[in-house]
Amino acid sequence: MNMTPSDPATRAREEELTKRIAALEAKLSAIESTRAAPLKDWKTVLERGGLVMAWGLLILILGAFRPEQMFAWNSYATMLGSNAMIVVLTLALMIPLVAGDFDLSVAATMGLSSMLIGVLNVKMGLDIGPAVLLAVASGAVIGAANAFFTLYFGIHSLIVTLGSGYFVAGLILWASNSNTIAGISMDLVNVVILTRFLGVPLAFYYAAALTGVIWYVFQYTSMGRRLLFVGLGREVAKLSGVDVFRLRAGAFIASGIVAAIAGVLYTGMRGAADPSSALAFLLPAFAAAFLGSTTIYPGRFNAPGAIIAVYFLSTGIMGLNFLGVDSFVQNLFYGGGLILAVSVSQLIRGRKPMD
Amino acid sequence: MSGGGPALEVDHLTKRFGAATALDDVSLRVVRGEVHGLLGSNGSGKSTLIKTLAGFHTPEPGAALRLYGRSMPLPMTGAQAKAAGLAFVHQNLGLIPELSVAENLFMHDLTMGQDWRLNWREMRSRARSIFGDFDLNFDPSASVATLSAVERALLAIVRAYRELMEAAEDHASRPGVLILDEPTPFLPRSEVDHLFRLIRSCTGAGASVLFVSHDIEEVRAITDRATILRDGSLIDTVETAQTDHSGFVSSIVGRSLGAYEGATKIRQTAEIAAEVNGLSAPGLGPLSFQIGQGEILGLAGLIGAGAERVPGLLCGAVSGARGYLRMGERHFDLATISPKTAVAEQIAYLPADRLGQAGVGALPVGDNVAMPVLDRLFGRFGLTSRAINTYAAQLGSTAGVKPNLPELPLSALSGGNAQKALVAKWLQTKPRLLLLDEPTQGVDVGARQAIWEALDTATQVGGMAVLVASTDYDQLASLCHRVLVFADGQIRQELSGAKLTKDTIVEACFGVERAA
Repeated sequence: MNMTPSDPATRAREEELTKRIAALEAKLSAIESTRAAPLKDWKTVLERGGLVMAWGLLILILGAFRPEQMFAWNSYATMLGSNAMIVVLTLALMIPLVAGDFDLSVAATMGLSSMLIGVLNVKMGLDIGPAVLLAVASGAVIGAANAFFTLYFGIHSLIVTLGSGYFVAGLILWASNSNTIAGISMDLVNVVILTRFLGVPLAFYYAAALTGVIWYVFQYTSMGRRLLFVGLGREVAKLSGVDVFRLRAGAFIASGIVAAIAGVLYTGMRGAADPSSALAFLLPAFAAAFLGSTTIYPGRFNAPGAIIAVYFLSTGIMGLNFLGVDSFVQNLFYGGGLILAVSVSQLIRGRKPMD
Repeated sequence: MSGGGPALEVDHLTKRFGAATALDDVSLRVVRGEVHGLLGSNGSGKSTLIKTLAGFHTPEPGAALRLYGRSMPLPMTGAQAKAAGLAFVHQNLGLIPELSVAENLFMHDLTMGQDWRLNWREMRSRARSIFGDFDLNFDPSASVATLSAVERALLAIVRAYRELMEAAEDHASRPGVLILDEPTPFLPRSEVDHLFRLIRSCTGAGASVLFVSHDIEEVRAITDRATILRDGSLIDTVETAQTDHSGFVSSIVGRSLGAYEGATKIRQTAEIAAEVNGLSAPGLGPLSFQIGQGEILGLAGLIGAGAERVPGLLCGAVSGARGYLRMGERHFDLATISPKTAVAEQIAYLPADRLGQAGVGALPVGDNVAMPVLDRLFGRFGLTSRAINTYAAQLGSTAGVKPNLPELPLSALSGGNAQKALVAKWLQTKPRLLLLDEPTQGVDVGARQAIWEALDTATQVGGMAVLVASTDYDQLASLCHRVLVFADGQIRQELSGAKLTKDTIVEACFGVERAA
């Protein structure tokens, strides 16, 4: 079993052989790569663009039944605007997911942000600008609390954020006395939903811009790359000298802030704040985040995937509504669409088990 | 004692992995009521033998296995083995720490049974009576996590023995063979007694035990006879009582203790790169040693001796260290050093767990190797995949990574090529001190050579200091300027120059002191 013979003749012979093996291996891998390339590219395109193609297909199928509505720009303009806050909420959820943490409190954070605007602006007469800023700050506070309990005590994020989500839901009821607060400044409603560009409410452009920012941070900054390592190989990141603690804390706080921004859009869309409806958006956001992770950059939670997933799902619901299907279809489509789409992408990936 | 008929008979067992022969025509007999030791150093074929008996490997044709005279198929399933009277306690013990002692003891019944009304009170009292039979004092409701390492091993042995008793078809004619595969890799001398008594209670009832170990003293204390393997061949089967320590060592090492000759590596400077002062952790140290500039210092020792823990402790990857590290003007308190500080101070650490701790298998090779230098690759539009891949391809071609395609996931590379890439990941940062744990485990010969050459170059040209912990003594002898041999958490011996050969390391690991 002696691998390093000491006499020079044997050693020279071995080196010679090693070199020849290396040369052969290089040739072999060159042959393999030229042969495997076209097939692999086709599959990659299918995998990365699958959801976009499915989206197009969905529009065509629904359009076959309701062409006058499905092929009208107006339908999409409205849909893009009214689902913008789900895009933002999905982004909020996605940031800690990239770092390997769950944040179940995003929907409650969105609700609290909305309710704070209502209370500060309507009940206490604060200007809308400062009210919005305070609402966004509340998200940062919730995110910091999540980070503190998860990281300092070493509790699983699922447990911490489940608890903080409930806690915040209680705060919302307390602050609002369980009543809807209407009459929020029209300035906010104006800049969120009433002002349109190319027929689409500004809310959509805010969501798209935020998607772009998060996409850039994850894809083109070293912080984003490190966050990816923290999520996929926490130990590797730590041993490579990454400050895992700080990055995870940052992800929680960013998540809180973005969720609070979703709350601002939600309030602006409705001109009112109600104490309970925000909580219902947690599962759609999760569905979109996971669905989005099967496309554009398959296998990773990613911002472009998230926005496409949200609008894929809302297109389906819009179309089914045009067909006159009842409102329960929303749940069927979110749930069924998620499982179906992920199953298809697993088939393309060759059924490698997901984490 | 021995004297009974044969219990376990293995004949002409050969096992090849590709061109390498792991076991070469090994035949082994364990008789009734006997404790039989199986001894050998790393890579001697011990584990291959046990894994073949346990059905993980299929041996080459011609091998035969008999249990109490009855021929058994190879490989056989666990249930077949148990029914015929053969049970295993593997190195990892197969206990679930979160569950209670009683739940672990009755794991087989609980997982295979069809009970709808588990009577926990009755189960606890049954557990107590079983432990009583073996003179053990375990609390059945305690969680296994609270037991010491030795107590866990004892529990696993009792469990295997009890399952053997339950499963065996005919007690009197086949009392059972228990194979213990290094259940206590780090057994304090004071605890050998416990193990000894437990094993004797098993053999007292007629069972036989095959006790696999690398620890000569343990084998001498516990066994009646012992078989020694070296390089896949059976060297000898001896009566333990009539063999002394050095007799075992010469069988394991393969020659009598005579002259040796090692190739000497010369360092160019006498400058000290790093000085470790009073490094200690539970069961380890205090240790103090120096590493010179451009020196490759090896840490050797049997599994559990503590050598493999040192690299992780020095950079804060593993917490619980005390002591100090000095590098030039800088002093570091090892109790508070973090990997982040270490990396910032150019101390790099490459752990043994390649796809668990050293690299992320799901991410591209490019991302993996560019990890420490991301800020350098920042371009006008930020950090692009193209910049990362171009850079990684350059690095990969220097390091000889094949195929050199940075966009492939790290897990797609062979062990050797993944390791070349991960070594390059750290060498590009020009560390002052590189800490390695088993740098060439599961790495093919060509890649091993390439990694050694890369390390040699970095030490000779850049003056980098390397600390490498390994159980591959051949590697340590070829690669290192100096080797510290560990035993019981202490440095037992220092080998260098002509005294540094594979054999001297093995001897030192097994406790042979040599005069200079």
